[in-house]
Amino acid sequence: MFLQQLVNGVALGSVYALIALGYTMVYGIITLINFAHGEIFMAGAFVGLLLVATFKVNVFVAIIGAMIFCMLMGVVIELIAYRPLRKSSRLSALISAIGVSIFLSSLALMVFGADAKGFPDGAFPVRQIKVGSADISTLQLLIIGVSAALMMGLEFIVQKTKIGKAMRATSEDYNTSALMGINVNRVISFTFALGSALAAAGGVLVGVLFNAVSFNMGLMAGLKAFAAAVLGGIGSIPGAMLGGLLLGVSEVFGVAIGYSSYRDAIAFTILVLVLLVKPTGLLGQKITKKV
Amino acid sequence: MADFLNSLVGSIDPYMLQIFVNVGIAIVLALGLNVITGLTGQLSLGHAAFMSIGAFTSAMVTIKTGLPFVANLAVTGVVTAIVAAMIGFPILRLTGDYLAICTLGFAEIVKVFFLNFEPTNKALGLTVPPAKTAIPMPIYVWVVAIFAIVLVTFVQNSRFGRALKAIREDEIAADAMGINTARYKIQAFALGSFLAGIGGGLYAHFLSYINPSDFGFLKSVDILAMVVLGGLGSVPGAVIGSSILASAPEFLRFMSQYRMLVYGALLVFLMVFRPNGLLGGVNLTDLLLRAIGKKPTSKG
Repeated sequence: MFLQQLVNGVALGSVYALIALGYTMVYGIITLINFAHGEIFMAGAFVGLLLVATFKVNVFVAIIGAMIFCMLMGVVIELIAYRPLRKSSRLSALISAIGVSIFLSSLALMVFGADAKGFPDGAFPVRQIKVGSADISTLQLLIIGVSAALMMGLEFIVQKTKIGKAMRATSEDYNTSALMGINVNRVISFTFALGSALAAAGGVLVGVLFNAVSFNMGLMAGLKAFAAAVLGGIGSIPGAMLGGLLLGVSEVFGVAIGYSSYRDAIAFTILVLVLLVKPTGLLGQKITKKV
Repeated sequence: MADFLNSLVGSIDPYMLQIFVNVGIAIVLALGLNVITGLTGQLSLGHAAFMSIGAFTSAMVTIKTGLPFVANLAVTGVVTAIVAAMIGFPILRLTGDYLAICTLGFAEIVKVFFLNFEPTNKALGLTVPPAKTAIPMPIYVWVVAIFAIVLVTFVQNSRFGRALKAIREDEIAADAMGINTARYKIQAFALGSFLAGIGGGLYAHFLSYINPSDFGFLKSVDILAMVVLGGLGSVPGAVIGSSILASAPEFLRFMSQYRMLVYGALLVFLMVFRPNGLLGGVNLTDLLLRAIGKKPTSKG
């Protein structure tokens, strides 16, 4: 029982972590809460669904297709809705992000309709593997495996490549990096592309897991992933992974011990409690304000 | 008097009247958030939570007691303000986005609480009996809205309001000047929530049906968009912002299915072209004086 729930929780948590990474990276660089991120996750799920249902490709190809599509989408959104606002107050950019989010979800409502769509049968062969007392489905293994691979890929890009170094420099100090000859606009576009690709992968995985893709799936998933990013310490990449896993596991355990009608409140209760004890999140750095 | 007002309200097209009332309620809500976010600079993403606390408190007061509507609204506002002060005490230590996400989390918790709360019918929602007053609701809403406008204008120019603006501009400097920032922030939070509670009470009695799901994240965002669109910290701005956004979905109705799409795009474009809001940094009295040919008095 315990092992079973733990696996369920880790599978859900790794999807939260994938989405949370996008929030945290964007926040780390331009201190914007990108509210449209949940909608990118939703778009990724729809693109994956279309690829599987119409073009009969397998799930891995669908994930890659959705990632590429959402990369472009993330970059375009940044270009249209956030870049003109970079010099103005952060609240204006926030409202602009909310506008994008409303726009995208109503667009999805118009194009795909209000009811949830399911993946066609046999989109991914599901088998149960017995490990000890737990039944682990191949689907959960797929989710955990893909998420782990993507996060390792991200860690490699951020830590070992030149553009990753530029990203870290920009999030450390925007103005100085610009003076040091880093093309800041390119770095920001790249960050949006990376974050959106991860969210798209998360979208396809969630779509396959719950077998439901709908126009409003982005809102709650986005809010929870954002909570996960803040829980881990916003701006910190390992923090987002930790926060996502923690929220996923505690949500599944909360439901398992009988608080299923409080499901959506569990994540936020943990978040509020942690922030009261540790105001910058679990792995966030304490920034001393200079006067 | 009541008969005259009733016939007056009856003579207006009901559809227009409804838009008119929605605008009035939105003004009360937006002015409340304007005190928290506009004046004090504390970003709150959970204003709808206080609205829902107000709506349910007010509905329960009407159902359980025979208080007249004025007293009902006063009780509602005070209860909401007390809850806000209790919440604000721990969470206002947080700054910036951590505070924002905490208010968001709190709002979700309140929503789930009401969804599971037996006395208010859980997720079925609550049918609210008519308000105990002879004055028709639309007029009531607008009297309260005007009261809110006067109250916030007065607060803005008072010693209290200046302290809040000092906190918004620079919290550390305000602290160094001897302003008790923690106390003022909690008071501002309570005042803003007081208005949110009253707005919720009006909303409950005007619609006569409330459901916890009506007060979700999107409602908070709606109110925030009104405040930011009008111009943060500006009372006329909040009034104009809420008038535009509360009526926009109705006036965009001719586009039927495209209207939310247009609404979203509109928010983006307004922000891109007017990042400080429609009336941000505009002094309305100066403009009026200039229009009638007087030299504006410039004061900061």
